[in-house]
Amino acid sequence: MAKMIVVNEQRCLGCKTCVLECAMAHSDAKTLIEALNAASPPQPRVHVEPAGQFGIPIQCRHCEDAPCVMVCPTEAIHRPAEHSPVLIDPQRCIGCKFCLLVCPFGVIDLTRDGKATVKCDLCIERIQAGEQPACVAGCPTKALEFCEVDDWLRRRRRATAEKVAAAGDKAARIASEADNER
Amino acid sequence: MKTPEQRSADPATIEMLTKTACEGIQLAWDRQEAMEPQCGFGQLGICCRICKMGPCRIDPFGEGATEGICGATADIIAARNLARMIAGGASAHSDHGRDIAHTLLMATEAEHCDYQVKDPAKLNALAKELGVKADGRSQREVAHDVAEIAFGQFGQQHGEVIFAARAPADQRRRWREAGVMPRGVDREVVEIMHRTHMGVDNDPVNIMLQGVRAALADGWGGSMIATELSDVLFRTPQWVRSRANLGILDPAAVNIIVHGHEPTLSEMIVAASQDEDLLALAKSKGANGINLGGICCTANEILMRHGIPLAGNFLQQELAVATGVVDAMVVDVQCIFPALGKLTQKFHTKFISTSPKAKFPYAQHIEFQESKALEIAKKIVRTAVENFPNRKTPPRVPKDSSPLVAGFTAENIFTMLGGRYRPSYRPLNDAIISGRLRGVAGVVGCNNPRLRHDYGHLAMAKELLANDVLVAVTGCSAVADAKGGLLCPEAAEKYAGRGLREICEAVGIPPVLHLGSCVDISRILVVLSNVVAEGGLGESIADLPVAGAAPEWMSEKAVSIGFYVIASGVYTVLGESLPIQGAAKLTEFLCGGIEKMFGGKFAFEPDPVKAARLMIDHIDAKRAALHLGGPMYEVPYAPRMAEEAVAAAV
Repeated sequence: MAKMIVVNEQRCLGCKTCVLECAMAHSDAKTLIEALNAASPPQPRVHVEPAGQFGIPIQCRHCEDAPCVMVCPTEAIHRPAEHSPVLIDPQRCIGCKFCLLVCPFGVIDLTRDGKATVKCDLCIERIQAGEQPACVAGCPTKALEFCEVDDWLRRRRRATAEKVAAAGDKAARIASEADNER
Repeated sequence: MKTPEQRSADPATIEMLTKTACEGIQLAWDRQEAMEPQCGFGQLGICCRICKMGPCRIDPFGEGATEGICGATADIIAARNLARMIAGGASAHSDHGRDIAHTLLMATEAEHCDYQVKDPAKLNALAKELGVKADGRSQREVAHDVAEIAFGQFGQQHGEVIFAARAPADQRRRWREAGVMPRGVDREVVEIMHRTHMGVDNDPVNIMLQGVRAALADGWGGSMIATELSDVLFRTPQWVRSRANLGILDPAAVNIIVHGHEPTLSEMIVAASQDEDLLALAKSKGANGINLGGICCTANEILMRHGIPLAGNFLQQELAVATGVVDAMVVDVQCIFPALGKLTQKFHTKFISTSPKAKFPYAQHIEFQESKALEIAKKIVRTAVENFPNRKTPPRVPKDSSPLVAGFTAENIFTMLGGRYRPSYRPLNDAIISGRLRGVAGVVGCNNPRLRHDYGHLAMAKELLANDVLVAVTGCSAVADAKGGLLCPEAAEKYAGRGLREICEAVGIPPVLHLGSCVDISRILVVLSNVVAEGGLGESIADLPVAGAAPEWMSEKAVSIGFYVIASGVYTVLGESLPIQGAAKLTEFLCGGIEKMFGGKFAFEPDPVKAARLMIDHIDAKRAALHLGGPMYEVPYAPRMAEEAVAAAV
């Protein structure tokens, strides 16, 4: 079943650890110091954007019917299999930037040399090794989660059910108080 | 991106922000926006980088790490970090004080010195206070002994910092009982650094008490020495008229900005800018004169002693360069953006660093030495004059500048209320007791691009004035109020409540009193001690109907100031929270429990009007505790019920 990255925006402190972890995970060196000194410094695929009091980490949502996949003239952006992340083959990318235009979230970036595009690959190598995406694993406040879509939905429904039950309790209490007053 | 109006409340700043917006000039506001979102761990104070087992950080939501690798809790981590901020701030003020003491010492020892005692009366008063025999001795001998005593305060290992004796006896008792009476200036800073080293002091309250001790060594030590000896060397300020804001820059003249803090440099630049040869040279280059303006505290120092206009406050340092008419930006220490280096490259402005302690990228370094002060100052001014023909951009100087009166001190300010023939604090105390004056507030501190520039200072001061609270200001707050027109006597009519207006009109003072630079907050401490000594308003500063605030603070110095002010008994509201909100017990102590020990505590409130009302509530509570009535006249923010106010204070 498909898994997705969930952002709990109330928890994000804007420390940008996810940005560093992402860049590191996509470097050859895989350690911070070596990555910093690498000939071509690694590029993060997640950005923390300010929104009011919160910071919101934003990365590719791996759309099911992805406009970037549809528009790509060389099939550089592709989905290798159902439920797989949307990936970019840098060898095929011609840097036309149409994907940047059609992406509704602004999460496709140019590479540092500006000749190709780059975006979140959901840390496909890490996932295949049974790990979590680097941004999720690095988040010190668990503002980022990697979970099954079904799981997430079930949790949301349960939280809603609890709210409804609490509201029902309150309504009943008010009604009984009103009765007592009468 | 925020609009210029959202970034600042100052018209000249708004004009400059609008003009520079299209040119890709990066200013502090832009860099702040690029920094957003700013790291929450840092803001909450729960990131520790003290040892290399770390860095460690605490998850404030309790899901991740709840303690550091050594086991330090959020409270321990935040307390250690905050204490180190105090150490930084106290060091900055005190090193400034040390330089002034050293200059006085040098003036009394050297065969020839450009610095001389300019205020013999102040010297004699200090000599008497410090127990230096003056009868039958030369001024040089007396000054030497005074300087030696002051100089000795920094390395003193035991006893009590000498000016602490100026504090009311009850305040000193509180310090001794809490074990925070400062022994020497440097010692207390070193002890903070020791205690906050890995594995030493791990009791948040005990750590903060050492912070208090170092802060007191700043306020009643280093800063007070800076103020007192600057008065001896450069003259105690007197009331002086001048102007403030970027509009003081004159496109037709050689413009020199002095920016930084120590008057040793700026005083000599003032002298050099009046040199006949240099004025002639300026004329030969086509300039109509040499125009000096100041930014940050060094501006306040030469404003109150020479009437030199204020070019602007902290957040205007880059804008001054961007006018294109500043021929030299001369800096010494503290609050100077390294960004000035790259910025001055875009203009003709010479960026001149002068302190061996403070070098900057792209700056020309002309090292200032007190032993050759005037000679070097002339060289700096000459560099500026020779740069005048090199201007490359059309001038864009905002027209705004406001008139002001500055130069109030503990000696002249309130004695003035009594008139020349009966100088005394009595009329001030009586005004407070009668309720004509509801209380007094000190509003101080910096600018901070996280907050709308100058708005906090101005909105807070206006709310206080309307409610019959007299306002004393220093530092960048003073500059903000000067630009906003609050430092002229006419402001009383416009902004003050009836009681305060009556006093201002009777005496001819502005409703906001400019007491000088940031180290001159020590003057406020002396004023408060004198008010207590005058009698009728309680036994200690903690009893007075007064409050403090730093609505736009940003620096470590402001943290040190905040601590010595609350430890001296004054309730203090900060616009930006201290970086401790991730540490619940520590926050509770500094915004609550600490009041029992010293009489003062912190509150955090970013809205300046709400903050002013917190201060007024506190003032009312203190009035009620002294069994004083409410304000004499009707005020817009009426006192809450007396019991409610007292309850809020407890």
